Amino acid sequence: MSAETEDLISSPETAAAVRLRAEGVRVGYGESIVVGGPDGLDLDVVDGSVTAVIGPNGCGKSTLLRTMARLLTPKHGHVLLDGRRLDAVPSREIATVLGVLPQDPTAPEGITVADLVARGRHPHQRWFRQWSADDEEAVAEALDWTGMAGFAERTIDTLSGGQRQRVWISMALAQGTDVLLLDEPTTFLDLAHQVDVLELVERLNRERGRTVVMVLHDLNLAARYAERLVAMHDGEIAVAGTPHEVLTEATLRDVFGLEARVVPDPVAGTPMVVPIGRGGKPRVTDAAPN
Amino acid sequence: MTTTEKPTEVAGRRPLRLGPVSAVWRPRTASVVLGAAILLVLVAAVSIGRGEYSIAVPDVLRVLAGGGSRGETFVITQLRLPRVLCGALVGAALGVAGALTQGVARNPLTSPDVLGVTDGAGVAALLVIVLAGSGGTAVGLLAAVGLPIAALIGGLLAAGLVVVLAFRQGLDAFRFILIGLAISVALVSVTSWLLVIANVQQASLALIWLRGSLNARGWEHVVPIAVVLVVVLPIAIALAFRLDALDLGDDAARGLGERVDRSRVMLLGLAVVLAASATAAAGPIRFVALVVPQVSVRLTGGSRPPLLASALAGALLVVAADLLARVALGGEVPVGVVTVVLGAPYLLYLLVRRTRKDSA
Repeated sequence: MSAETEDLISSPETAAAVRLRAEGVRVGYGESIVVGGPDGLDLDVVDGSVTAVIGPNGCGKSTLLRTMARLLTPKHGHVLLDGRRLDAVPSREIATVLGVLPQDPTAPEGITVADLVARGRHPHQRWFRQWSADDEEAVAEALDWTGMAGFAERTIDTLSGGQRQRVWISMALAQGTDVLLLDEPTTFLDLAHQVDVLELVERLNRERGRTVVMVLHDLNLAARYAERLVAMHDGEIAVAGTPHEVLTEATLRDVFGLEARVVPDPVAGTPMVVPIGRGGKPRVTDAAPN
Repeated sequence: MTTTEKPTEVAGRRPLRLGPVSAVWRPRTASVVLGAAILLVLVAAVSIGRGEYSIAVPDVLRVLAGGGSRGETFVITQLRLPRVLCGALVGAALGVAGALTQGVARNPLTSPDVLGVTDGAGVAALLVIVLAGSGGTAVGLLAAVGLPIAALIGGLLAAGLVVVLAFRQGLDAFRFILIGLAISVALVSVTSWLLVIANVQQASLALIWLRGSLNARGWEHVVPIAVVLVVVLPIAIALAFRLDALDLGDDAARGLGERVDRSRVMLLGLAVVLAASATAAAGPIRFVALVVPQVSVRLTGGSRPPLLASALAGALLVVAADLLARVALGGEVPVGVVTVVLGAPYLLYLLVRRTRKDSA
C-alpha cells in the first residue's frame, strides 16, 4: 500500500488536514524528561485552527511549543509538518511554512522597525538577494496590516511594549508562513495590549487563514481567542478540546490546583474562570453599588 | 478608507536591484565608505611623501597613477609603498575581524583579542625569538617556518582552543568571551616568562615585535596579507548576511531557518584567520579591531558593525597612526603604541557609557 492511500484510509472523515503533529514526543534536558510521559506525547494541529497551550508554570508548555518549532530536538518520537518529519527537511525550507515568535527575541540596538520586519524575509533571501520585489511587498503589507507602517523608520527602542510586540508579529507575518507558533506573545503587556495582540492573532487566523499555536497564561483570554485548548500538567496533556470541555472546575482543580468557579464570559459567552481563593471574601467592603 | 490598493513600498528601505541581485540602498553607509576611501588615499599619500627625501602629495599621487620621475618611482614603489600598503591591509583585516567578532558576540566590547589570537601569536613569536635553537623540535619547526608563519600558527591554535573549550551543545557568546579572556591571561603569563628568560638582545627584539610595528616592511609582507584579504573578505561579506538572523537571538534565528552554531563558527573562523594574518604581518596592533567597528557603526547608523566601512576605517586608522608615530613622536615609534594610546581612552568611554546605560 502506498503512503498516499494509507493517508486517505487513516483519516477519511477529517475535513481539515493536520498541519503539525507530535508523535510520541519525549523532550528533556540531560537525563531528565520534561515533556511526554512513558509513551510520549501526541498532539495534532489542524489546518486553519487556533490552539492555545495552557498550564501552570513549569508544566512544559513552552518546551512543547519549542519542540514543535524544531528549536528543541525530542529524545524520542518526532514532529511532523505536513506529514514530513521536521528533522528530515532543511531548516530553511521549514522556515517558509512554519514561523515562530520566541518568548524573548532580541532586537539589535538601534534597528529600525522596517529593518527588523524585513528580517522576517530571511528564509526567502540569499546574500546577493537581500531585498527583492517580493520581499518589499511582503514587508510593506505586514507593516500596513499591523498598523505599524507609520513607524517604519523609527528605532525599536523608541516604541512601547505593545508596539514592539506588533513589530515582532509583523516580522512573523512578513515571513509568510501558513503555520505560526507564538510563545507567550502577551507577556509583559498590560491587559489592553494583551487584547490588542490577541485580536491581531485572531485576524491573522480569520482573514489570512493562518494556523496558530500559542502558549498563553491568561485562561480567560485563551478561552476567548482559541477554539482549542490544550491543558498541560507535569509534561503531559491533561485535557484537550474546546474551551468548554477544558475549562471546567474539575480540570482547574486537578491541573492548576485552583479552586474556582467557571461562569460564562458576559461578553463572548466563552467559559470564564473566577478564582475562589480566600473564599471570595472581599478585602474592601465598598463593593459595587446596588 | 477609500484606498484599497496594497502598499508596495517600505519607508527607509529604497531598493537597489539588478537582475536577480538586490539590496537595500543605504546612502549613509555608501558616503562613509566613499569618504573613508578618499581620506585613506590622501593620508597614505602624505605618509608616503614623508621621509628623509620628502615628496609632495601631488607627486606621490602622480607616481601611484603610473607617472613621475624614475628616482621618485623607485623610492615610492620599492621603499615606502610596501610599508603604507602593509599598514592599510593589516588595518583592513583587523577592522573586518573586529566587525565579525562583535557581530557574532552581539557585544561591542569584543574583539579578536578576546579569542586569544593576539596573545597566541605573541607566544609563538617569542618562542621563535627566545628559544630558537634551544627549544627542542617543536620550537625548531616553528623557527624554521619563520616568524610571521609561526605567529599565524600560534594565533590560529589559541583561537581554536578557545572555540573548542567554549563549544558545549552550541556556541554561547558569553562563554567564549570568558574562556577567551582566561586563555589570553594564561598566554600573557607565558609571554612574560619568555621575556624573563630572554637575553637583552632577544628581549628588545621581542618587545619591538610585541608592540606591533610597520618598520622595514617590504613586498614580502604585503603579498600574504593581500592574498588573505582578497580571499576572505568576499566570503565574509556573503556570510555576514547570516548575522541578520543571528542578531535576533538563537531561537528566532533557528526559527528563520539558520543553522546557528555552524554559522557562528564559520564567521568566527574568518575573523580569526584575518586577525592572525594581520598579527603575523605586523605584530599585535591592539585596539584597532575593537574601536574601528564601533566607530563605523556609529557613522553608518546601522544596527551592526558594517564590514566594508570597517575595512576602510581600519586601514585609515593604522595608516594614520603610523604617520602620527613617525611625525609627532619622531624616530621609529611602533604604530601599535599609537593605536593603544588612541584606543584605551575610547575603551574607557565605551565601558562608562555601557555601565551608565545598564544602571539607568
